[in-house]
Amino acid sequence: MIRVKEAGFYSTIQDLGRFGFRHFGVPVSGVADSVSAGRVNALLENNPEDAILEMTMQGAVLEFTEPTSFCFGGAPMELFLGKDPLENDKVYRVLPNQILYCGRATKGLRTYLGIRGGFKVPKVLGSRSYFKTITNKQAIEVGDTIKYLPDTTFEPKILKWNHPEHIGQKNLRCTPGPEFQKLDQAVHERLFNRTFSLGKEFNRMGCQLEERLTEHAIRMVTSATLPGTVQLTPSGKLIILLCDGQTTGGYPRILQLNPEALAVLAQKRNGDPVFFDPVDLK
Amino acid sequence: MKQSPFSVKRFGPNALLLEWTGEANDDVLFDVLGFANFLKKQCLSEMDWEMVPVYNSLTLINRNYSEPIGRLCLEIHDWYAIYPGPEDLISRHWELPVCYDPEFGLDLAEVSGQLGLEKKKLIELHGNVKYRVFGLGFLPGFLYLGGVPEQLQIPRKSSPRISVPKGSVGLAGFQTGIYPQSSPGGWNIIGNCPVPLFNANQNPPCFISAGDTVQFFSVSRAAYDLYRLEVEVGVYDNHKKFSNDSG
Repeated sequence: MIRVKEAGFYSTIQDLGRFGFRHFGVPVSGVADSVSAGRVNALLENNPEDAILEMTMQGAVLEFTEPTSFCFGGAPMELFLGKDPLENDKVYRVLPNQILYCGRATKGLRTYLGIRGGFKVPKVLGSRSYFKTITNKQAIEVGDTIKYLPDTTFEPKILKWNHPEHIGQKNLRCTPGPEFQKLDQAVHERLFNRTFSLGKEFNRMGCQLEERLTEHAIRMVTSATLPGTVQLTPSGKLIILLCDGQTTGGYPRILQLNPEALAVLAQKRNGDPVFFDPVDLK
Repeated sequence: MKQSPFSVKRFGPNALLLEWTGEANDDVLFDVLGFANFLKKQCLSEMDWEMVPVYNSLTLINRNYSEPIGRLCLEIHDWYAIYPGPEDLISRHWELPVCYDPEFGLDLAEVSGQLGLEKKKLIELHGNVKYRVFGLGFLPGFLYLGGVPEQLQIPRKSSPRISVPKGSVGLAGFQTGIYPQSSPGGWNIIGNCPVPLFNANQNPPCFISAGDTVQFFSVSRAAYDLYRLEVEVGVYDNHKKFSNDSG
């Protein structure tokens, strides 16, 4: 198992999310940056559904009690195994009683720690993803223990993966949302021809953009929302729902982000610029 | 061919939104729910598809991004043509206890003043209606209940509370509802329901479904405490206790 010596700013166990319970109001959850997390599990030759640790801004300090292999991905962080510095997208071995020190994210927001076979926290409603009121824990805390299956035989096929970087990308690929056509042409142009910056309200449920688009009086009946739905409030604020976002809402859904755009957004911080990049649906 | 009563919109790369024309009423809701059941049974595997029915819309969400959703836009009309209608839809009726004690009814006095109704009358009116469950959302286990009498319709509070206690029963516009867990919220709180609506360790996690009806009955503080105790020790069965059927 892993013993949590320091929890970091906000660290949660996530898999690909909770599927099949949205009609009870249960958010999907799951990793915020599925691109980075997917890469980590692939390098460890894990199942894509295996649970991984998502750390936000400031990482955790973790002690391993059994041997295994691990890999980091996502936002680059100051990382040490004992005294040895580590890098992302590279598989390492760890021995019993070694301590992993994760510091500050130097770029981006969310760093992933994957482990051979995944973290074995209990499944609730078919998923290991932490979500307040569904799982007992909302985030890991000092003193927690997290189970995994020991492994001494794993020989990774790929030791280090070099890839194009989506962290720092500014364009959010998107398609029109259900209420897009209720806005007029001038508003459409304003939506696509300017840069927005991320507001202070930013967590796994959603984020607000700093700049207002337009006030409106569009009324609609409550309807489903998805991770990546961009909502427009009556006062003109733009809210983008993320993986823990609510399953229904009453604000016009003007855009829908593509999954790659959600991964881009998951790595943004307060003040970072983004723009909406409309693409065609297949 | 039977004309579909809904429009179909693409909703991102892996979802479709079906919107029934006209107002959200019982007939429309039953058609939404009936068609969702039909799709689950005959057309779209629950392994791959999630369905969110709420008021007059049905959202179909594919778990993967690989499914070509575009062709479904047409196919969905063919399926509606052979859908027999919501005849076998099961709708249950639930009676839930609410304690309107001042300790729980944080806004009861103010609501009574604003609406010009005595507290007793207000409680009676609130308990007189079979509210339709038009869907669940906003929070795990939160019911969208329709059918609030006009006399009880009151705007949301101008400044929302940072934390509304779990079980709080509120009024806002044409809606009433129960907060299944503590949450920030702007509804006017008039009481508290001791029966938890959501339990993540059960499947299904919520015993009430869209299409059901809910009625509230007023209980004393002592009865409220007893329900809470029963909940704690887990001795009651929601179905037997609060429903018109024991299945």
